Amino acid sequence: MMSSPHVQVVINGKPTQLPAHGSLLDLLARFDLDPGAVVVEHNRTIVRRPKLAGTTVHDGDQVELVHFVGGG
Amino acid sequence: MTTALSQTEALAIGDRTFRSRLFVGTGKYADNPIMTRALDASGAEVVTVAVRRVDLDRSHDESMLHHLDPERFFLLANTAGCYSADEAVRYARLGREAGFNDFVKLEVIGDQQTLLPDVQGLLAATATLVAEGFRVMAYTNDDLITALRLEDAGAVAVMPLASPIGSGLGLLNPYAIRTIKSRLSVPVVVDAGVGTASDACVTMEQGVDGILMNTAIAEAANPVEMAAAMRMAVEAGRRAYLAGRMPRREVAVPSTPMHGMLDSR
Repeated sequence: MMSSPHVQVVINGKPTQLPAHGSLLDLLARFDLDPGAVVVEHNRTIVRRPKLAGTTVHDGDQVELVHFVGGG
Repeated sequence: MTTALSQTEALAIGDRTFRSRLFVGTGKYADNPIMTRALDASGAEVVTVAVRRVDLDRSHDESMLHHLDPERFFLLANTAGCYSADEAVRYARLGREAGFNDFVKLEVIGDQQTLLPDVQGLLAATATLVAEGFRVMAYTNDDLITALRLEDAGAVAVMPLASPIGSGLGLLNPYAIRTIKSRLSVPVVVDAGVGTASDACVTMEQGVDGILMNTAIAEAANPVEMAAAMRMAVEAGRRAYLAGRMPRREVAVPSTPMHGMLDSR
């Protein structure tokens, strides 16, 4: 069976199609996000900046991209 | 000679020392420039922020870090909106990663209508986070026993409410707050419920170590003016507490001497 050139991942609750074999750093670039300004949670585990490039996104993964907003 | 109290009496929490006893939130402001000016006027060093999803469509709110200089403000991440210990722990970890310190303002909410804390969840989350090296400032109700348990669990500060979050009802139970303060060794920072400057002053007069507020400033008709008023009220209340108030009496006592009045013998 040939592997699909795309993977389906859920990013911030939204199903999103991405090219296969991409990393979390590629994912941030796709959304034009500065890796220094967001925190990445990959399948419920926080992935720190140095590991973003080496972490591959797989089909069915859940990714949360968060940052600080106003709050009390 | 008067000395600015903020310069003479710092507040130590965990391994940090803060010059202002007024902590402020960054939510609900009409816009960021007003927020920035209100923070300036408040004199606060500790400001709270929340962790939320990045808006991938960029239709609104960019990161708070564009507006708050981490060199100038101590950013205290909260777990607002969390309804279980597990959820609060998850948010605390994200907040630590996004931020610049290992402090967290821990909230575990138990009820949507009152936003009162779920103290069981709060104690569980405190234990987990303390074990992970967090410095937990725990938002709780004005119950002494819970406050004592939070201290036992390793919280660096206990934050009882004056009244429900965003209510502006002021200090509903001064006795409970005084009792908590008198029994705890860690700092007591009243969090939530203050509506105006007199509320802040009365709260500080109970002897607590500080106040955290958001809505009272953000929802004032003029947030910058209210922030300045709160700064003065917190300082006035603190100084009055340290000065020691006169006793309350049920009878009048003249301020002017009777001795030396005309026709006296």
